[in-house]
Amino acid sequence: MSRPSAPTTPAPDGPRRPTDADADDATRLDRATSRAVRSRSMRLLGSMLRPRRKALALAGVLVVLSTLGQVAGPWLVSVAIDSAVPDLMDGDARTLTIVGSAYLVAAVAGGLCAGAYVRQAARIAQGVLLDLRRRVFRHTQLLSLEFHESYTSGRIISRQTSDLEALRELLDGGLTGVVSSLMLMIFTGVALFLVDPVSGLVLVVALVPAWLLTRWFQKHSQLFYRQQRTTSARLIVKFVETMTGMRAVQAFRRESTTEAEYHRLGEEYRDANLRIFSVNGRYQPGLVLIGNVAVAAALAVGGWRVYSGALDVGVLVAALLYVKRFFQPIQQLGMFYNSFQSATAALEKVSGLLAEEPTVVEPRRPVALPRARGTLRLQDVTFRYGDGPVVLPDLDLTIPAGQTVALVGTTGAGKSTLAKLVTRFYDASEGRVLLDGVDVRDLSTTDLRRAVVMVTQEAYLFSGSVRENIALGRPGASQEDIEAAARAVGAHEFIMDMPEGYDTDVNKRGGRVSSGQRQLLSFARAFLADPAVLVLDEATSSLDIPGERLVQHGLQTLLADRTAIIIAHRLSTVAIADRVLVMEHGRVVEDGTPADLAAGDGHYAALNAAWQDSLV
Amino acid sequence: MGSHLSTIASVRRLYPYVRPAMPRLVGGLLSALGASLAALAIPRVLQALVEGPLAEGAAAHDLGALVVPVVLVLVLGVAEAGFVLLRRNLVMYPGTRIEAEMRMALFRHLQDLPVAFHDRWPGGQLLSRIMGDLGLLRRWLIFGLLQLVVSAVTIVVGVGILLATAGWLGLVYLAGAVPVTVIAFRFSRRYRVIARLSQDQSGDLATTVEESVHGIRVLKAFGRGRDALESFTGQAEELRQTEMRKAGNQATVTTSLQLIPEVTLAVCLVLGSVLAAQGQITLGDLVAFFLTAAVINGPVIDLGMTLSMTLNARTAVDRFCEVMETPNPLPDPADPVETGPVRGHVRLRDVSFRYEDSAVPVLDHVDLDLPVGTTTALVGLTGSGKSTLAMLVPRIFDVTGGEVLLDGHDVRTMRRHDVRRAVAVAFEDPTLFSASVRDNVLLGVPEDGPDAVPAEERERRLHEAVEVAQAGFVADLPQGVETRIGEEGLSLSGGQRQRLALARAIAARPAVLVLDDPLSALDVATEEAVTSRLREVLDGTTSLVIAHRPSTVALADRVAVLQDGRVTAVGTHRDLLATDAHYRHVISSLEQDWEDADHPDAVTEPDAEPETTAPQAQTEESER
Repeated sequence: MSRPSAPTTPAPDGPRRPTDADADDATRLDRATSRAVRSRSMRLLGSMLRPRRKALALAGVLVVLSTLGQVAGPWLVSVAIDSAVPDLMDGDARTLTIVGSAYLVAAVAGGLCAGAYVRQAARIAQGVLLDLRRRVFRHTQLLSLEFHESYTSGRIISRQTSDLEALRELLDGGLTGVVSSLMLMIFTGVALFLVDPVSGLVLVVALVPAWLLTRWFQKHSQLFYRQQRTTSARLIVKFVETMTGMRAVQAFRRESTTEAEYHRLGEEYRDANLRIFSVNGRYQPGLVLIGNVAVAAALAVGGWRVYSGALDVGVLVAALLYVKRFFQPIQQLGMFYNSFQSATAALEKVSGLLAEEPTVVEPRRPVALPRARGTLRLQDVTFRYGDGPVVLPDLDLTIPAGQTVALVGTTGAGKSTLAKLVTRFYDASEGRVLLDGVDVRDLSTTDLRRAVVMVTQEAYLFSGSVRENIALGRPGASQEDIEAAARAVGAHEFIMDMPEGYDTDVNKRGGRVSSGQRQLLSFARAFLADPAVLVLDEATSSLDIPGERLVQHGLQTLLADRTAIIIAHRLSTVAIADRVLVMEHGRVVEDGTPADLAAGDGHYAALNAAWQDSLV
Repeated sequence: MGSHLSTIASVRRLYPYVRPAMPRLVGGLLSALGASLAALAIPRVLQALVEGPLAEGAAAHDLGALVVPVVLVLVLGVAEAGFVLLRRNLVMYPGTRIEAEMRMALFRHLQDLPVAFHDRWPGGQLLSRIMGDLGLLRRWLIFGLLQLVVSAVTIVVGVGILLATAGWLGLVYLAGAVPVTVIAFRFSRRYRVIARLSQDQSGDLATTVEESVHGIRVLKAFGRGRDALESFTGQAEELRQTEMRKAGNQATVTTSLQLIPEVTLAVCLVLGSVLAAQGQITLGDLVAFFLTAAVINGPVIDLGMTLSMTLNARTAVDRFCEVMETPNPLPDPADPVETGPVRGHVRLRDVSFRYEDSAVPVLDHVDLDLPVGTTTALVGLTGSGKSTLAMLVPRIFDVTGGEVLLDGHDVRTMRRHDVRRAVAVAFEDPTLFSASVRDNVLLGVPEDGPDAVPAEERERRLHEAVEVAQAGFVADLPQGVETRIGEEGLSLSGGQRQRLALARAIAARPAVLVLDDPLSALDVATEEAVTSRLREVLDGTTSLVIAHRPSTVALADRVAVLQDGRVTAVGTHRDLLATDAHYRHVISSLEQDWEDADHPDAVTEPDAEPETTAPQAQTEESER
């Protein structure tokens, strides 16, 4: 199932994404889709297991051996009763010695193999899980911003946490249980046929209703397991959102409303779980019933045969033991089947995420650009979000290397969109964006990101130290370089005021690093990255005036030999630009030096006058 | 034995949630026991059959003697199935109910805990508790708990039967149980430590996932996806190793739990055969012994699984309780002051504030008075404590020294809800929720409850607030004010979000309005439009506006300057500009000009203006 071609809503201004009715959340799928989803998730599972064929084979051998060890027991007991005891009465201890030693060997070998199997199964399971975790993480990082904006962070988080958790539960213990229970059943069945084929037939008859019941169970539970995954994702989304916005929740006394919403989602989740348990609660006793009736039937048939002299008592005992044992793992199997179904539903969701294609793709044969000079050219670029209206109509623009360009215009004029095209957060719908004459779509991510860096308004800090956060701009940078970057943007002082300076954990203080300080830190990041093209999208909005002044000074050095695109509504930042572009409805309506434009009578002149007024 | 005591402690912590479900749980337990007794009785019948009718009746061809045991087995079999059905249905409601209730309790508690707590706790750790740990507990309540009790009872009763009926054989079997018990106990001790580690590491991994998703723009902008993947892989690898250690322990216990009983059975087989050959026991006894042992063996082998499930559940309870038992440092007072309608006089008296993990106070004996109906701008350098000060008024944080007075009452003597009803805030990071524009703007305007606002009035406020905040763009959204925004809906630009956050604060119609740099993301034209309309609204409302720029200061009647955790000056913008060098440094883009020859005497001007007073003087003035 591919994500629906999202019904993109028209965007009056700013980036827009579809209000997502997310078909991924649907639980009731039609037959074809259901089959497609199944086969997609099975393909994923196959691709994880295939490289582990040998390990799986070893696990298979181990589980067979350990099951053999268990299954041998009743047969040896029957031999002991029927042959060893009579032989012993006749003074012949050989049979008993053989049977006794065989039992001992079976016990020891079975136990050792069982343990080895647990270890081997865990090795496979944890390997698969690590692979899958990596794959989902990497894929999520590769997916375009467009996807992130429509799929929502909460849902991505739930794919990577609770869905993978469901899978982990199956793999860790569950799968071992399913496999060994199944093995035990198969071997017990075979042993029964070897010991007494007639009782075996009784078992086969009993398997018919058991199979029908299982079919019924599968059909009904699948729907509920999907529901469980969906409702759990909703619960996670709500939780993450509430915790992230706790200030606003408390300040506006929304606790009770949020609680009511969370409660509703929690009840939906509970309902899904309850439905699962209730289907389970009928399936399992059904199997127990079938098993016990089978034992009674085997007893009746066997007893009659003993009467008629066709069967030894010892054989009957063994047969009854086998019939009973055959149905015993079913109890366990039910519990494991639970985690199996839950994991299947989770795998469906995860495989759906992995099936998403990034809309901004890495070129197959990238053009190398190890050292960009920074000439930017937008050639007949048209852009729209999804199927929405055109945001940038047919834009043609050249920015020579080393030039600092300020973009000015009202919200929704297309400034941020332009920035996102240059940084390849999005690809142009038509036309090309060229860096040093190379289409940005032909550059490898590494080359592109080394050459072009964007600083946005939301200065996100990751947990870790201040140093690590700045070093994000250039991993492996020396302390001197990091400090120099911090000094250049005027962040050094407040960092030194923190309890542990550059080693202060922002997680501990994250809530308290003011948004201005956060912007300074992300500036330092960009400074450290030292790109050929720097894009600043409202990157100074929260700075105070002294901070802005410092950044301004820093910028002048920083921008001296590189191309820069600055989006700012504060014209103080614009003043350092070589060139100003005034944008309106996706078009450039004025283009010139700040001084020339200010002297004219266009939009910029008016804005500049208003801004001068606001200064005192 | 410490581990034993804390097991009891874990049970006690869980008990309040379990208590209402006790009857059903006990019922489920009894059904489970019934089921296993029925299962244990079946071999007895078979034994009787082998000893009686089959041995003797075979000669007599008395088919009637066969009917009774077959029917008995059938009845017991149906009874077992019936008990299993009953147990399942009895247990599933309390199992899911307890999970849901614990989840709500945790959620409620988390919402009650102050922001300082949330700043400290990474989101992934909370998420892994409320989803992962509670899910674990649910499954344990439904499967593990009963399994554990049933296994124990089956083993004890089964061994009892063996002892009673098989004499020496029973004793030998019991001897095998001793090492099993020892191993199980040692396993528990070791496993618990690893289980805890694994659950904590899962939480850390969840935190990393959360950050990688929330910080995706930064990671993309710097092309750091690969580094993020590397550090994620490192963490996931650590978790894998922990899981492997767990599996190693499980493997050992699986081996022991399967090997020891089976070896014991091998001994019993030889011994039993000898005894039977000597005629000390009957063949029927031997058959019954092995049939019963087969019933016991299942639970013994599963004991490893059941135990680890129980230990995981225990760790989950511990992790849950760690958060649940974090006391709220800002509780509502036992005997809250009833203020009635708040006029909106805010006064900070000798207020100090220090963050828990920091030695240096952020605010150091601050005095500030906000007379009813005035608008005060708070100006200071980034990191000077402005936002912290603003958070003290609605009790997002509580002072560590001095007091914040609202209409003369210390805010700590008031209910938090009462304080926050009177005080509305627009934060510097505008947080929008996944809801319609309408719901986001009317967040602080209750629809129901004791202070519900009628629908018409709500509508009026919505439109007024949207209009004042210059958020007219909402009309152009696909479904107007009904358009869903936030995480799960349409994404808005920074400026748009800020205007909605401002509209939200305005719509709440508070007595006191706190605006944290409310215009930072707006362009000049919009800022101007908002400023002029906002001034009208602020007229008559006590307001505290954190300002970084003159255009924002223009909203205020007066300005308080915050420097190094103290209010160093209060006055009008114009006066402070003339008299206060620090203020000029902070607020004026034209600082250079001021320091140029135009105003050579600006700083030294001795008796500038009467309005420019020390904060203490200001306090007195406000008493008038």
